Amino acid sequence: MEKAKKRRFGIIATIILILAIVFGIVWAQNTVSHNQKHQDTLARVKKSGKIVWGVKADTKLFGLMDTKTGSSEGFDVDLAKAVTKQMSKQLDEKLTPSFVTVTTASKVQLLKNTNIDGVFGVMTITPERAKIVDFSQPYFPAGQSLLVKKDSGINSIQDLNDPSKTVLVVVGTTAAQNIKKFAPKAKTIALQDYASAMQAMKSGQGQAISTDNAILYGLASENPDYHVVGGTLTYGPYGAAFDHDQKPMVKQVDQALDTLKANGTYNQLIKKWFGQVPGLDLNELEVHK
Amino acid sequence: MTLLDHYFSVFLQGFGHTLLASLYALVGSLILGTFFAIMQVTTSKVARAIGNIYVQVFRNIPLLIITLFFYLAVAKVIKMTGFTAGTIALTLYTSAFIAESVRAGILSIEAGQMEGARANGLNFWQAMRVIVLPQAFRVAIPSLGNQFINLVKNSSILAFVGGLDLMYQGNLVAANSFDTFTTYIIVGAFYLIITLPLSYYIQYLEGQLKKKA
Repeated sequence: MEKAKKRRFGIIATIILILAIVFGIVWAQNTVSHNQKHQDTLARVKKSGKIVWGVKADTKLFGLMDTKTGSSEGFDVDLAKAVTKQMSKQLDEKLTPSFVTVTTASKVQLLKNTNIDGVFGVMTITPERAKIVDFSQPYFPAGQSLLVKKDSGINSIQDLNDPSKTVLVVVGTTAAQNIKKFAPKAKTIALQDYASAMQAMKSGQGQAISTDNAILYGLASENPDYHVVGGTLTYGPYGAAFDHDQKPMVKQVDQALDTLKANGTYNQLIKKWFGQVPGLDLNELEVHK
Repeated sequence: MTLLDHYFSVFLQGFGHTLLASLYALVGSLILGTFFAIMQVTTSKVARAIGNIYVQVFRNIPLLIITLFFYLAVAKVIKMTGFTAGTIALTLYTSAFIAESVRAGILSIEAGQMEGARANGLNFWQAMRVIVLPQAFRVAIPSLGNQFINLVKNSSILAFVGGLDLMYQGNLVAANSFDTFTTYIIVGAFYLIITLPLSYYIQYLEGQLKKKA
């Protein structure tokens, strides 16, 4: 009797478990296929009356979390706000910006899952990426450079082309590929974010940090013992990114960016965020007609 | 699956580093853990206190903080890579848990065994090694198995300090390919390659020991 009871319990438990798993898989697959169905971002934005932008929270000058307000602040955030406002005028519909923190690793997945509508997140426009996401026109002329300690004696990428040298980069950036190209003998280690990379360099885990000059200037302004050297290795302008095949949305954003550049709003934002950075020539960043 | 094909050497390199870090940490933490377990059951008050402090410190601090401590602070004095820093932290962290498992094992053995062995002329270490520890390990094996499996999974901490392990390579592949979902499924499968055989081996050991007892 006791045995039969145990047996019955085992059978029922197994059936319930299997059913739960099967239903779970079916439900998950339905949701995923529903989410993956091509949605027109512009149509979604118009319907909901807001644009959800993905911005960074760990990048000084572009998108850095302000611990007092709990929201990201920087050039990317301000530009996204301005673009949203401009788009409201163009479409003659009330649109409000809303912000979600993304990381270098998560931003594309969040776009694909339609959790966010677009990304203003120091994202370099590359041909490989353009196969997976749609880019707006360039909104910031960035280029990869090097941050080193002032007394390190390193002045260019050539000084790093040695097996004893380690260059620190951040996961999800294009920096590592370029280091392999320009200094094939150097080792590269990828860390989670710029703050960790800076800490690691201070602890002697690497001799240089390589990423876009604009970000390095942000790091250098907080760490006076370090400076940016070697000019720019590459020209890699930033673009706003959207899910693949979203031409109507991209067209609207491009149009908004054109207007902002023409009416001086863009230059104002550049001055606001980059005016105080030592060693940076504002003329290179501002738009001149 | 094209993803696996395309990045196979990258995953394999990560797998190698994870396996190596787990192996070092497993051996190291077993030795350290047993040592501190014995310290906690000796009659010397000082030794007991030291053993206890060691266990409490490393058991109650997050593994990530221990890792960052070695990677960022200790590395200023002694040069070490992220792999070394991560493996040392993993060893210390796990050894605290192993010390507790082994201590529980030792305490489950009647005090009379130790007394009997001592009465027959064995010194403390001999009695420990020949009489008490073999029985204690038999009791501790299920919980030791848990610790070892946790250890393998915890080795993903190396990714935070550029330790070149599976998780680190997975992050890179995910960032390069933009296919986060598939990448982490593959990474998960690679972890199973290590943890599943380990689980079954522990189960098998338990069975063997039951038969003997």
